Amino acid sequence: MEAAAEPGNLAGVQHIILVLSGKGGVGKSTISTQLALALRHAGKKVGILDVDLCGPSIPRMLQSQGRAVHQCDSGWVPVFVDQEQSVSLMSVGFLLEKPDEAVVWRGPKKNALIKQFVSDVAWGELDYLVVDTPPGTSDEHMATVEALRPYRPLGALVVTTPQAVSVGDVRRELTFCRKTGLRVMGVVENMSGFTCPHCMECTSIFSSGGGEELARHAGVPFLGSVPLDPELTRSLEEGRDFIQEFPKSPAFPALTSIAQKILDATPACLS
Amino acid sequence: MEEVPHDCPGADSAQAGRGASCQGCPNQRLCASGAGAAPDPAIEEIKEKMKTVKHKILVLSGKGGVGKSTFSAHLAHGLAEDENTQIALLDIDICGPSIPKIMGLEGEQVHQSGSGWSPVYVEDNLGVMSVGFLLSSPDDAVIWRGPKKNGMIKQFLRDVDWGEVDYLIVDTPPGTSDEHLSVVQYLATAHIDGAVIITTPQEVSLQDVRKEINFCHKVKLPIIGVVENMSGFICPKCKVRKESQIFPPTTGGAEVMCQDLKVPLLGKVPLDPRIGKSCDKGQSFLVDAPDSPATSAYRSIIQSEYLGVEGVSVHTSVQIPTGLEGA
Repeated sequence: MEAAAEPGNLAGVQHIILVLSGKGGVGKSTISTQLALALRHAGKKVGILDVDLCGPSIPRMLQSQGRAVHQCDSGWVPVFVDQEQSVSLMSVGFLLEKPDEAVVWRGPKKNALIKQFVSDVAWGELDYLVVDTPPGTSDEHMATVEALRPYRPLGALVVTTPQAVSVGDVRRELTFCRKTGLRVMGVVENMSGFTCPHCMECTSIFSSGGGEELARHAGVPFLGSVPLDPELTRSLEEGRDFIQEFPKSPAFPALTSIAQKILDATPACLS
Repeated sequence: MEEVPHDCPGADSAQAGRGASCQGCPNQRLCASGAGAAPDPAIEEIKEKMKTVKHKILVLSGKGGVGKSTFSAHLAHGLAEDENTQIALLDIDICGPSIPKIMGLEGEQVHQSGSGWSPVYVEDNLGVMSVGFLLSSPDDAVIWRGPKKNGMIKQFLRDVDWGEVDYLIVDTPPGTSDEHLSVVQYLATAHIDGAVIITTPQEVSLQDVRKEINFCHKVKLPIIGVVENMSGFICPKCKVRKESQIFPPTTGGAEVMCQDLKVPLLGKVPLDPRIGKSCDKGQSFLVDAPDSPATSAYRSIIQSEYLGVEGVSVHTSVQIPTGLEGA
């Protein structure tokens, strides 16, 4: 790849948000996709960059598995997940020959692909670019933050579940943000309780209170608690637009409220 | 290794330093000299060290948050209930070390002796090692690139004085990257019994787990079997007692995947809010909630013929195993 990447592939992107967590399986990809869909329903053009190279979940969540990536003069064309072309996506999932193929790469090779994803994808004009990351504080995270630094990301959304085992890892992620100069827009607590559809009682399957306490301890905003919602999980499985199709479902109010807070926190841009 | 070309063949490849993509790489001379291809002396040292370790089991998953650490910890607890069995639990999740918390060992430190690093003991027969014990604050982040993480894993395998061990259980982070390649590489000559792979029922999880299974085939790591975790939830407050599928098996769950890929399904563990609470408190869920269906499932998995556990006495409160039949 040539050293001088195409200038300005991110020049048309107004705001960049990273979605991070020290912990795996807390819902980073879920929150990334739902945030993107909610922003789109608020009239925004959104791109999603999936830098989880070992476990790229997003194509399936947006019913885009198996789609091909095409080249243009400025680089790779992201995959549009909807007919109106208001949500675009880039993921290593699109570059695999077979869906079950494992990406067994050490750090340097992962870093190189992430740099390409940041500089060589022709995003065009976007209001928001949501960057979904794998769990941890390692190669992918350092490469992503370094590559995005010149474009001054809006900040990071940090996702946790309520339990202490999750908060314990996410505290370290907040330190990573501080050390790398990445502003934390807020903490989202996911899997916050499950309301049994038969008796309507709520059970804290993964304990309770951790997200809010973490935000308070770290001095960052608490953006909200998203409950466990089998409709949401099913939508992700089937690549459906949960925000459009299930407005009465338990997770909907929390997800749309989080998106609204992001919109409110976004500085107005000079045209 | 900052400016590595994107199609770098790898420092230990035959093409290292010689491939077309190596031109201009700052490490080209080093790779071409063959320095990267020489076997690491630590591999022999680790083989020697591992002579006192009878069985080695890796706990893997392509997917994060499916319960690897929970399973590793409770496999260790379950096996250690037999006082005559010596268990070692090694946590190689360098960025997100959960094991100290789950084992109730937060704040413990590692001590050095003449024979190496001493593991932290939960019981006389259950020793634990994790990078968590090397961090001074719960807010400390381990922001390391691959090579440094690999170095830590090498030290864990070479420098920890485990003593005579019946089972070494290795908890791993999610993925198929440095940590996984390193642990397989370093233990290559010391013989790993195999891997237990954890998943949850939904396809978003299974699609990553299939990659992990392929990784195992690629590096010739035997697969002991798959555990499906978070397999259904029965609300404890509910009179109706109907099961809810919070993580729905839209493509047939682990059962269908295991049939397709011809790997054993070791069992299914249902969701139980008490599991999370026990982990948060650092206590064994098997002891906290002996009556839970999740406990029965864990116990039947631990006693599964595939794990090849010999001479482990059966805990007297075990009911007829329900974990292996479809839950």
